[in-house]
Amino acid sequence: MADASDKVTITLDGRQVEATAGELLIAAAEKAGTYIPHFCWHPRMKPVGMCRMCLVEVETPRGKMLTTSCTMPVADGMVVDTASAVVEKAHEGILEFLLINHPLDCPVCDKGGECPLQDQTLGYGPGESRFVEEKRHHEKPISISDLVYLDRERCILCARCTRFSEEISGDPLIEFVERGNHVEVNTFPDEPFVSYFSGNTVQICPVGALTAKPYRFRARPWDLEAVESVSLVDSVHSKVSVESSQNEIVRISGVDNDPTNQGWLSDKDRFIYEHIHSPRRLTVPLIREGDTFREASWGEAVGLVAERLGAVPGTAVAGIGGARATNEDAYAFSKFMRSIVVTPHLDAQLDDGLDPEFAAAVHPRARIDDLERAATILLWGPDLKEEFPVLYLRVRRAAAHLGARLVVVHPRVTGLDLVATHTVRYRPGEGPATLKKLAAGDGDLAAVRAALNEGPVVALVGRPGLAEDPRLAEAVAAFARDLPEATIMPLVRRGNVFGALDMGLAPTLLPGRVSVTDTAARTALEDEWGALPEGVGGGATEILTGLVSGDREVLVLFGADPMRDHPDPTLVRSALEAAGFVAAFDLFLTDSSRLADVVLPVAAFGEVAGTVTNLEGRVQKVNQIVPPPGQARAAWSILDDIATAMGGSLGATGAERLNKEIARVAPAYRGVTWDMLDWGDGREGIVVPLRGADQPLRHIPVDTGVPTVTERPAVHSARVLYDDGAMLRNCPGLAGLAPRAAIHMHPRDASILAVRDGDRVLVSAGASVELPVVIDAGLAEGAVYVPFNLVETAALGAPRSIRIDVVREDAS
Amino acid sequence: MTDRILTVRMEAHPQDSHTLATYEATGGYRALRTALSSMTPDDVKAQVKASNIRGRGGAGFPTGVKWGFLPEDLRPRYLVVNGDESEPGTFKDRILLERDPHQLVEGIIISSYGLDVHHAFVYIRGEYPKPARRVQQAIDEAYAAGYLGSDILGSGFSLDITVHLGGGAYICGEETALLNSLEGRRGEPRIKPPFPAVAGLYAKPTIVNNVETISNVPWIVANGGAAYAAIGPERSAGTRMFSLSGHVNRPGDYEIVMGMTWRELIYGIGGGIPGDRALKTWIPGGASAPWFVPDEHLDTPVTIDDVGANGSMLGSGAVIVMDETTDVVAAAHRIVKFFAHESCGQCTPCREGTTWLERILWRILNGAGRPSDLDLLLDVCDNISPGLRWPPAMTTICPLGPSAVSPITSIMRHFRDEVEAKIRTSEGASVG
Ligand SMILES: Cc1cc2nc3c(=O)[nH]c(=O)nc-3n(C[C@H](O)[C@H](O)[C@H](O)COP(=O)(O)O)c2cc1C
Ligand code: SF4
Ligand code: SF4
Ligand code: FES
Repeated sequence: MADASDKVTITLDGRQVEATAGELLIAAAEKAGTYIPHFCWHPRMKPVGMCRMCLVEVETPRGKMLTTSCTMPVADGMVVDTASAVVEKAHEGILEFLLINHPLDCPVCDKGGECPLQDQTLGYGPGESRFVEEKRHHEKPISISDLVYLDRERCILCARCTRFSEEISGDPLIEFVERGNHVEVNTFPDEPFVSYFSGNTVQICPVGALTAKPYRFRARPWDLEAVESVSLVDSVHSKVSVESSQNEIVRISGVDNDPTNQGWLSDKDRFIYEHIHSPRRLTVPLIREGDTFREASWGEAVGLVAERLGAVPGTAVAGIGGARATNEDAYAFSKFMRSIVVTPHLDAQLDDGLDPEFAAAVHPRARIDDLERAATILLWGPDLKEEFPVLYLRVRRAAAHLGARLVVVHPRVTGLDLVATHTVRYRPGEGPATLKKLAAGDGDLAAVRAALNEGPVVALVGRPGLAEDPRLAEAVAAFARDLPEATIMPLVRRGNVFGALDMGLAPTLLPGRVSVTDTAARTALEDEWGALPEGVGGGATEILTGLVSGDREVLVLFGADPMRDHPDPTLVRSALEAAGFVAAFDLFLTDSSRLADVVLPVAAFGEVAGTVTNLEGRVQKVNQIVPPPGQARAAWSILDDIATAMGGSLGATGAERLNKEIARVAPAYRGVTWDMLDWGDGREGIVVPLRGADQPLRHIPVDTGVPTVTERPAVHSARVLYDDGAMLRNCPGLAGLAPRAAIHMHPRDASILAVRDGDRVLVSAGASVELPVVIDAGLAEGAVYVPFNLVETAALGAPRSIRIDVVREDAS
Repeated sequence: MTDRILTVRMEAHPQDSHTLATYEATGGYRALRTALSSMTPDDVKAQVKASNIRGRGGAGFPTGVKWGFLPEDLRPRYLVVNGDESEPGTFKDRILLERDPHQLVEGIIISSYGLDVHHAFVYIRGEYPKPARRVQQAIDEAYAAGYLGSDILGSGFSLDITVHLGGGAYICGEETALLNSLEGRRGEPRIKPPFPAVAGLYAKPTIVNNVETISNVPWIVANGGAAYAAIGPERSAGTRMFSLSGHVNRPGDYEIVMGMTWRELIYGIGGGIPGDRALKTWIPGGASAPWFVPDEHLDTPVTIDDVGANGSMLGSGAVIVMDETTDVVAAAHRIVKFFAHESCGQCTPCREGTTWLERILWRILNGAGRPSDLDLLLDVCDNISPGLRWPPAMTTICPLGPSAVSPITSIMRHFRDEVEAKIRTSEGASVG
């Protein structure tokens, strides 16, 4: 941290200005209110001093010298002139040079109107060009990936895109080739610019050389309306600007901040908005009629749901979902189920996450920004590149550029292995044994154990795969807790899952990180809500088996698609078929809501305002920019209507009002209101509980003993970034990016089975699917990897054991 | 008084000066034995410093001073010998590499001992396969004879040398582009600071010296720095290699003591101009140097400082002579075209500006010049090298961009009437 001794004073255009020692002159000047024009410098990347636009004059013992302010660290007493005649002429010269080969096709360029080259030409450029020769020509635009076009004629060769891909995202697939006047951005032969982060290059390109296919020609910047919001693609909650034109979201851009995404987004964050305007969105309530649905009025649909929920005892009703909703919607659902229906059977997770108390209240809890100062990072959880791409960027930065040691424990090679100091692979099911060995520093894990001795340690723990026991994560956390200056970050992926848990959408939790068994807290909540159901409820899997056995009769799916997200789709199907009544709140007819009796169309991201909570416990605001389509509505208002029809009252007259109620009722959220999140420091979000406020539940992880399973082949089933989820399926730009499904085998296992790369096998668990084999040396021996929820693997789910039969060609 | 150091052996033994046998037979590796047996590393550095030798790669930076920039406490350190020699008209390192490679190898070993370096690199121009082969042979022989490897001559000092061939880019002669190239990256100059002495190869402290500079080290150590400093004028000590080319009767490489006049160099050593034609102009130090003309510079002494004071440089020691038949616009165009072709393309003014300059000159040469081109040429030059001063100011990262300015300011200063004449004859012609 900067203290007073780091302060230096420089003279900037005759003014005395304070700066931090070592800071780059261009940044120091900007902080002091002096803008220095630039193209290649980007505050989140190392400077390269290539465009030369940021030249200033600095006094030296040998007189004034032109220097690039983006490469010059400030020093005490430095005297700088940013606007001398020499500097102004240099700026004008650079712009003239940049423009001599520029096509000036601004009227048809996406960047036109928000283009640094246009702006700086106006501010610092020559009036006209003296270049009479023929300009450089290139084929334009060329497709360099599924999402990005490159127009080389517009490129000013600032290397922002190439540096991003090498320095930040770590997939250096675009590079400069040739030299001099022939330098151009290029991809490698036969290797398109395939990156989960390619959209960032479009955003930081200072001209219209890189454009995003989904946005191309969709709007002009001056017609755009924008609101700040956060991405709900995963629980990192990257800060975004959501931009719309004529009531349609046409673009999402990253917003720079320190706590979460530092300006970057994954392509999924950036392009997921396309599903919002899909023609397949549900726009009217639907009621089952035999094998199909008919459209219904809200009155009829609400009436039917109220009637069926009221017709059975409260405890016969269960609710699954809420992890994609705002805190306000989740709160309304929690209150509705617990105080109107009066049931304890509620779960926002689908047995694909972690223990709710651990996820919600693990202590001591890490913040993302702790990675900036971490000496050591232990990652034992999902492959971040696939499931938490922006967190992957932050961990990668810490390991590749900030000197942190990184230990990755995973059944298969992960996106971070390249920058890891140590990687440990183990067979799924043998996590507990591996942990014991790591904790003791036995054998080949001695060096890994030693690497964990330097603090601060940030431990990122979650479920490496869905076929693994969720309690393993807690056991890992219990070990990590005792490492020097350790903090723990629980990794559960889905959108607002942490907000949903905090609103009590878990069998063991009440709103505000309160255990359902905490009598004092129950009494306090009953004062607000009325009588609460007795006891601890069932989680998702218990709810489903309860439906099959008849212990539960009615299910409310609150924006959940268990057919695709629960590890056991066979169980889900029988449960949905056995249920007496299923009501589904949804955006689309999914595999799950298709089996419901009533489907209620809800508003999507960008169509409602509210608050959300990320994996650090950071509460931020999402904002509305477009209206929901057709008759789709905010979920809380639908719940309010059902409650009224059931003779009760939720008191939900608006999201802001619900938010105030949360701030009053939910202990860990006390005092955190909506209006605090729109301005000043609150824009970066507020980590709950507020400093000094109490958090009733402090969950200290304990190793409760997880059984080791040594079955062969052990199944590793994990999500990939582009899966066959309902939102992705409805994004034209992203839908085609899902990888082809396959079963991955370690070379030795493949040779035992006598299969080769590309052979086909029949994989059976609850269901059977035929898959090609991929030989994968990055996988632990004795394990097979099957990506979760791809079109071809969805029916399998994530079974803990499978049977593999080789399909022989000759059997005709 | 010594007047030749580097070329004595190759002249005396034209057939086999490159072999270890001849090298040893003519006193080779004796300086190394002395250094390892009776000198400390600091003694070696002190002798080099006392010699006052200035770098022969172009900039003329005092070698002893550069060596002193290495941070005390950082290891490993590297020594990189720059044999990329690609400037048009420069071919002096070539014969040192090809004809006396052991002299260089011994220089590397002694220098490395002085600098506490245990891995040295020789970066050789890609189009120099034979010189590279000879150097590699010499290194192999030196290993076999115990002059390289571990525990050299029982001294406890160890050194390895790696030879690396360039890929055909002039810019890789610039020391930081060279380091990038050695590391397997694009040959693009780095932003300085940090200078290589602080963060060079693989971000470690690195000394980069020219082939000729290092080839002088055995003599300096054998005869003492003071003896070297006593040769030639005070601030241009020692002998120096010159590559003489163009319109002279006796082109070639010459090792001379600095201090003679240009008249003596061109007419004496170079044997004058063929056909006794009149001397029109010459480039005193490689393609990037501003040109000299007989009226002003024939009696200027050939020293680093005298040439510098007259607005040019001795640079890489390439002297290109042009007689009265030369079309100076065509000559300037050719040189500018070279720099435009060799620009690494990193920085805007060099990438765009040098090509633009080349195309304006091409137009003028091809009958499509415009009167406004005269001001335009100078103004574009000014946007690459503000103020058109000497030594040049730059809007660029490295001096390559401003190098393309030198021929243009030279012809505009000394032969403006010839440029104007070409434009006049082309008036009315359309723009190509
Ligand atoms: C464009 C450019 C090309 C250069 N080419 C060479 C070269 O071919 N050989 C060389 O020794 N130095 C070359 N230099 C100079 C080197 O950067 C460096 O100063 C030199 O190798 C240092 O050695 P010295 O101190 O022994 O002269 C070049 C410099 C520039 C700017
Ligand atoms: S494509 Fe854009 S970001 Fe990449 S080098 Fe060109 S101008 Fe810069
Ligand atoms: S001046 Fe030319 S050669 Fe030097 S760094 Fe810039 S573009 Fe490259
Ligand atoms: S912004 Fe400094 S050189 Fe480009």
